[in-house]
Amino acid sequence: MLYSRNSLYSSFTIKDRFFNLDFILLFSILLLGVISIFAQYSSDGGKWESHSINHAIRFLVFFSFFMSISFINVRLWNRFSFLIFLIFILLLVAVKFIGLQSQGSRRWINLFVFVLQPSELMKIGIILFLANYYHRTSSSDINKIKYLLIPVVAIFIPFVMVVSQPDLGTALLILFSGIVVTWLAGVRWKIFAYLSLLTVVLAPVAISFLKPYQKSRILSFINPDLDPLGAGYQIIQSKIAIGSGGFFGKGFLNGSQAYLDFLPEKHTDFIFTLYAEEFGFFGSVLMVLLYFLITYRIVHIGNLTRSIFGKLFCYGFSTAFFIYVTVNMSMVLGLLPIVGAPLPILSYGGSSMLAIMFGLGIVMSCNIYKNDAVG
Amino acid sequence: MLSFNSSNIASKTRTIGRRMFLVNCFKAVVLIGIIGRLTALQVTESRKYKSLADKNRFRETKIAPPRGIIQDYFGKELASNQTIYQLHVVPEDTPNIDELFVRLKSLINLSDQKIFLLKKKIAKQKIWESAIISDNLTWSEFSKLNLFLHELQGAQPVVSIARFYKDDTSAHAIGYVSEISAKDLRNKKYLANLNIAGVAIGKTGLESALDEKMLGTPGYLRYEVNAYGKRIKQVSTKDGMKGETYRTTLDLEIQKTASQALKSVSGAVCVMDIYNGDIVSMVSSPNFNPNSFVHGVKTEEWNEIQQNIDKPMINKAISGLYPPGSTIKILTALSALENDIFNPKLTIKCNGYIDFYGEKFHCWKKDGHGRLNLKGAIKRSCDVYFYEVARKLGVDRLAKTAEKFGLGQKVLTNFKEEKAGVVPNTKWKLNQIGKNWYLGETLHAGIGQGYFLSTPLQLCLMTAQIANGGFKINPRIVVDKNDNVNNLQKYLDFKKNNPNDTDTVDLQVFNFNLKPLFRNQENINFVKDAMFAASNEPGGTSYGSRHRDKKFMFAGKTGSSQIKRFTEAQRKAEVKQTDITYKERDHAWFVAFAPVKDPKYAISVLVEHGGSGSSAAAPVAKKVIKRVIERHEARNVTNYNKLGENI
Repeated sequence: MLYSRNSLYSSFTIKDRFFNLDFILLFSILLLGVISIFAQYSSDGGKWESHSINHAIRFLVFFSFFMSISFINVRLWNRFSFLIFLIFILLLVAVKFIGLQSQGSRRWINLFVFVLQPSELMKIGIILFLANYYHRTSSSDINKIKYLLIPVVAIFIPFVMVVSQPDLGTALLILFSGIVVTWLAGVRWKIFAYLSLLTVVLAPVAISFLKPYQKSRILSFINPDLDPLGAGYQIIQSKIAIGSGGFFGKGFLNGSQAYLDFLPEKHTDFIFTLYAEEFGFFGSVLMVLLYFLITYRIVHIGNLTRSIFGKLFCYGFSTAFFIYVTVNMSMVLGLLPIVGAPLPILSYGGSSMLAIMFGLGIVMSCNIYKNDAVG
Repeated sequence: MLSFNSSNIASKTRTIGRRMFLVNCFKAVVLIGIIGRLTALQVTESRKYKSLADKNRFRETKIAPPRGIIQDYFGKELASNQTIYQLHVVPEDTPNIDELFVRLKSLINLSDQKIFLLKKKIAKQKIWESAIISDNLTWSEFSKLNLFLHELQGAQPVVSIARFYKDDTSAHAIGYVSEISAKDLRNKKYLANLNIAGVAIGKTGLESALDEKMLGTPGYLRYEVNAYGKRIKQVSTKDGMKGETYRTTLDLEIQKTASQALKSVSGAVCVMDIYNGDIVSMVSSPNFNPNSFVHGVKTEEWNEIQQNIDKPMINKAISGLYPPGSTIKILTALSALENDIFNPKLTIKCNGYIDFYGEKFHCWKKDGHGRLNLKGAIKRSCDVYFYEVARKLGVDRLAKTAEKFGLGQKVLTNFKEEKAGVVPNTKWKLNQIGKNWYLGETLHAGIGQGYFLSTPLQLCLMTAQIANGGFKINPRIVVDKNDNVNNLQKYLDFKKNNPNDTDTVDLQVFNFNLKPLFRNQENINFVKDAMFAASNEPGGTSYGSRHRDKKFMFAGKTGSSQIKRFTEAQRKAEVKQTDITYKERDHAWFVAFAPVKDPKYAISVLVEHGGSGSSAAAPVAKKVIKRVIERHEARNVTNYNKLGENI
């Protein structure tokens, strides 16, 4: 064994850690950050206004946060996984009581410097917790009912709490992230098959609990022309914006759909639409490839990491990241109903970026300490 | 339970690696799916979405084109366009709309009721859409507004154009314009492209007849809007095309004179060039102010018009139907002569009435005219004599002649308000009323009473076609550059240059392609002589209104159309027309041509409830004829072809 079992912190110097960074991932993130700032600048109408300035500041702050996290030994993250998960659960509980309400849902906590959306953090928290859990569970125990109970409860509690906010989109992402890690860890196909069956049976019951606006979103996804000025409006206008971009796009700051306010939620969920309108097919494909490069790099780090915690976290996070990207893009491209899923880093929103940077930080930490046993 | 042995880690790593491979495969499929979707939207269907995006962002407004002008024969404007001053308000730019209204009220004429309606209208529309506060401000109001404009945030003084009628004497012939109604949009296909704020369309008269061509082509203003419909910027403009300008055959000066002559009565005057059919004057009285309708007629004014028993809105010259009365005697006599059934030298003694199968038929002169021949009967308008003529002639032959001379059919084209009138005959009565014709009705028809109905313009045309020697003419009111050279005019010019030429009628017809309405032109000349006698020989019905000056001398025929037959008791009591109620008095007619020596114009005058033609209608004709002859020189030297090119 090359590593010392007892030391909590690696003996790497700052310089060592720096050179152990994955620079391809690092520069991809930086590039995405720069693009995101310009996209927000365009969404502000070509001016430096609240969205673009806030977004730029946040990116700088959270990028530093990402660097700090990556320099902390992954062993520490493994050790405190449960604690972090618990804090996130408590934050979700806090939302229930002191949360800020907006447009009929209660999702945020006012931290005065920053309005936090704990459900976003939970997307990472669940991966962290389950990676730690399966790191500790022996492979022979994984499929035992007793050992399945904790993951199911750990996924179910935040899912229900977020659904009740209500925030179906984020809740589903938490659910998928949890299932993915569970599955990657080696839980049998059969169990997932039973769960799917149960879902199908319970789906009609679940639908009856949906809010009217959630139902209309699903209906308008099935047929957007049903109500072109109502629920279908967003999908139609988004498709018009993307399609009218053509091959090379309308040019930076020239997206008429975004500028003339035809595009809804252009800072957040529909930021890719704005980008695709201005930079066309060419720019869109480059953006898609950049996201896939990041996903690929995270998987690559997972491959190199020796610890099960590291592997599970990297694979889990890369898959979750991939889901965030594809769900958002499919949504704006009219392939999925509008569920309210931000595009990582590009979308305006502090909590989402904080969560992504937190996840990326742990991934980078895995890369720096890839040869360490986690404990 | 926690295991850190390497075989456990290795087996876990294998499972995780295998499963991650599946996930990666799935990712690749999704990647292909997303890029495929992007290709579909941005490459394959890009054109469709580009046009949808343009449809989103561009709006077009049409700009009202200026309406074509209507001129008189000399190029004077009868209907023109006028600069008007409007006030628009953009609610979005106004800090406080109530304060603005209070301020505006002190500057311009704005009633509280109007303000209330405007506020309701503003509340309904988008806040960036401008509302028209006043569409026709006076210059002083407009200049006042401009002076205080810095205090009136959101108010926009706008200079626009609208129809303007300088003179209302031609109100009926020209008609008026007004806002497009829902009915107009349904009925008039050409309006589909022209339903624009500020476009007014012709409702009556020439404004309506020439509407399609006078409207012009609208211009376009293309601008970019945002998702809420607010205008962001103007993209492009395309100027519209002004409507066509038309020159009419009317003479504004004569219109004024005729209007003045009819001032205190209800009636109509038509004047026609007997050779080319130009309608020199067409006036109906009382008239209305066509300018009142341009910006929407006020309720009080409309009520006043509606309550006027003389019906100011009706163009009596073409829409008023009256029995032609004794003026038809010209045609009765002509028809009898043409059909060779009556000897004009035949004398009949008029005792004031005749007995016809036990029924008494009265002459207008109670004591009778004594012995008369046909010429004398026309001159003095003896009814008894014409009962006999009509009896011999029969109504069907009379009807044929009347139709030949233009009665019973529309004179002009395109005037939707024009009426055709009635020329009765036996077949007509059977078809329309379902009864057989009685001989007694023939006697009434012979003196223009009973079923006969005609318009003043028809009688003017009839007189013109007698005066020009019995040739057919095509009346017109709009000068058309492309009109064929008038054959009758050509023949006239030929005659002027060859005064000694003695062509027969047949040769004239052959050489100049004329359309004669007679069999023997002598008969036309006979009637013309009789008309001369009626106006210029003592005892003639219009002798009292004659012009002594040879230059203005005219030949005419009076007439009166009965509203209500006199009872025997009234006849015995010798009740005069002036003694009975206005509404029951006879309509007075007078038709004439002038000058006698070388006829050029025909005139018809109708005075509703005027009593007798000689006392009410002939004096009007006298005044108008003088003016027409005075204006002849000016009209004659106006080469319309030259003017036509100026249009």
